[in-house]
Amino acid sequence: MTVASFSGVVMLVSALAGFLGALTGLGGGVVVTPVLTLLLGVDMHYAMGASLVSVIATSSGAAAAYVKEGYSNVRAGMLLEIATTAGAVVGAHLTSTVPVPVLAIVFGAVLLYSAWHSMTELPARSAAAGDPLAERLKLNGAFPGPTGVVAYQVTRVKAGFGLMTVAGLISGLLGIGSGAMKVVAMDQVMRIPFKVSTATSNFMIGVTAAASAGIYLRHGYIHPGLAMPVMLGVLGGSLMGARLLGRAKVRVLRRLFAVVIAIMAVEMVYSGVSGGMR
Amino acid sequence: MTDFRLEQIVGNLLRAGVVLAAAVVLAGGVWYLAAEGGSVEDYHAFHGGYRAMPWTQGLSPALATIQIGLLLLIATPVARVVFSMVAFGLERDRVYVGITVVVLAILGYSLAFSF
Repeated sequence: MTVASFSGVVMLVSALAGFLGALTGLGGGVVVTPVLTLLLGVDMHYAMGASLVSVIATSSGAAAAYVKEGYSNVRAGMLLEIATTAGAVVGAHLTSTVPVPVLAIVFGAVLLYSAWHSMTELPARSAAAGDPLAERLKLNGAFPGPTGVVAYQVTRVKAGFGLMTVAGLISGLLGIGSGAMKVVAMDQVMRIPFKVSTATSNFMIGVTAAASAGIYLRHGYIHPGLAMPVMLGVLGGSLMGARLLGRAKVRVLRRLFAVVIAIMAVEMVYSGVSGGMR
Repeated sequence: MTDFRLEQIVGNLLRAGVVLAAAVVLAGGVWYLAAEGGSVEDYHAFHGGYRAMPWTQGLSPALATIQIGLLLLIATPVARVVFSMVAFGLERDRVYVGITVVVLAILGYSLAFSF
């Protein structure tokens, strides 16, 4: 295929991935790499580099919308970014030593997890005592609820910090935002309200990806010719998806997209095991 | 100035940064496709290799333009962390200025690693 037609195809599928990702809340970056590698035969490292760039674009592009809602917890985000950026630097360094088939299998496992995560309701949270560390680090906050300001207490700061290190490591290792895992760490472990967790996670995703980006650039994973259609496609698609958000009924679409992700996960693991990906 | 107001300004600045980055990438992309669009793509095998700052050597002028747009994009979350540091500084919150400096140091290590 010529560069022009290949770029056109890549931009179209990236726009679709960004659109569905934003509309369903599952994130577009996570399907970009499997589509590029499995369907279009792109080298794994180039695909990861292009995906990482698109993750930064959607995170920074959506920042203004999240700020308007006034939910994010800047202090918690900044503290946890020490964990995610440190994890990301380690993960990004590992990309050059971990063999590609292993990367594919880990990627498949992470995809399966996010498909499963999106199909299940998060368990209800029981009340828990606040963490003295959260008090000392001024992590407790408040957000505008429907009936006035809702205050919340943050718990298990150390456990959340540990899980965030893993989320960062996976983000750097695979070139994804790992937003689902970040939300779980904040919402389920640290008991930060869901809306605050998602807004804070969006903020953290871009910073985490930037921590990998320098190392990806150095390794030459970010091929500008490929990153161009991926970034423009995902950004355009996710902006359109975000515009439709709240107006479209996404339950069915969300299920459907989760099934697509699960199929890609299995394909990814299969190609890793069978040696289809080198 | 309230925290919320500051965050709003930062949010808008970030969006402006993304728009600028996308415009540069688009301009470089049009140039790239016009100049090299007819050649056969080769993303199937990895030809990378170590590239040092500013990560543009060995690239055609069109590809280098795209790369500069991508670098602008990568700079947006870094700028956000810098803004947060200023905000914590204005609040005289030394602990969080320190925490933000650690994050910036990690980002700096990653981005300046190729020196």
